[in-house]
Amino acid sequence: MPKGMVLFDRERCKGCGLCIAVCPRQVLSYSGEYNQRGYNVTRMEDPDRCTGCAFCALTCPDVTIEVYREISPGKGRSNG
Amino acid sequence: MSVMTPKMVKVFERPRSLADIEFTYCPGCHHGLITRIIAQVIDELGIQERTVVVGPVGCSVFVYQWFRCDGIQSAHGRACAVATGIKRVNPDLIVFTYQGDGDLAAIGTAESIHAANRGENITVIFINNQIYGMTGGQMAPTTLIGQWATSCPEGRDAGLAGYPIRFAEIVAQLDAPVYVTRQSLYDQKRIRATSRAIKKAFQYQVEGKGYSLVEILANCPTSWHMKPVESNRWIADEVVKVFPLGDLVDRG
Repeated sequence: MPKGMVLFDRERCKGCGLCIAVCPRQVLSYSGEYNQRGYNVTRMEDPDRCTGCAFCALTCPDVTIEVYREISPGKGRSNG
Repeated sequence: MSVMTPKMVKVFERPRSLADIEFTYCPGCHHGLITRIIAQVIDELGIQERTVVVGPVGCSVFVYQWFRCDGIQSAHGRACAVATGIKRVNPDLIVFTYQGDGDLAAIGTAESIHAANRGENITVIFINNQIYGMTGGQMAPTTLIGQWATSCPEGRDAGLAGYPIRFAEIVAQLDAPVYVTRQSLYDQKRIRATSRAIKKAFQYQVEGKGYSLVEILANCPTSWHMKPVESNRWIADEVVKVFPLGDLVDRG
């Protein structure tokens, strides 16, 4: 059961690869699929390893990533 | 969203102060990241309704579109002068300029230095990517010695074009500025440090303390002819040797 999950805005992804490089658990990779602008978009290659650390979202220059994390009851949320 | 279990909580989303439109920047450009950080700071401080951004000329010329706050487009290099006018007429507004190295440190040197010297209660966000990105990668005042650009195809020659301007150090010599710092974005630690620096600069303005300058070492993968990941490494390995990071003045 993954502890985290990220959602991409495919049409805004420019395929720069910064999120792939920054992910400490190598969850992300290029999908080989192209959006309408012709960019090779990122996807979760190995979703089970995601911890929801949000490094990818904090690095993304185009703000295409939303991050979800499993939080035990009683703990507050934190945005980055 | 339906695939989520009830325990999954959203921990990162688009800041409210960031408009829901796509950036016109190239892939991997730090401009978008800096814009997102500023929008998040505006959200955190709860100043969205009284913030005004003053835009430059350059790649970030559309900066007034990205933020959900008031914005004005100044003539090339004059953003600090325009910000001075807005702030003096409406002292309750939170006014910041967003300028690149060509705008702030070349054509706008006079306005930028004198606004700092007067200690105007504004925040200046200075994006130093050592090149003129929008016009096709020409040499900027901040271009490193030996660095390639379209107007110095043999690399920058100090005898011909002088040395890179360390603008934050110049401003730090003055008596008036309250906060002068240089930050970068090449890894997670630096991104967080930049967020804290921008927040502090805005906080000082909210408290009426005076002028602050946040210089950010940014990349330009397109004009540097590097992949975005390589451009981050170039900043970490080479650019920080010429432009050392850290707070230069903090009189807050």
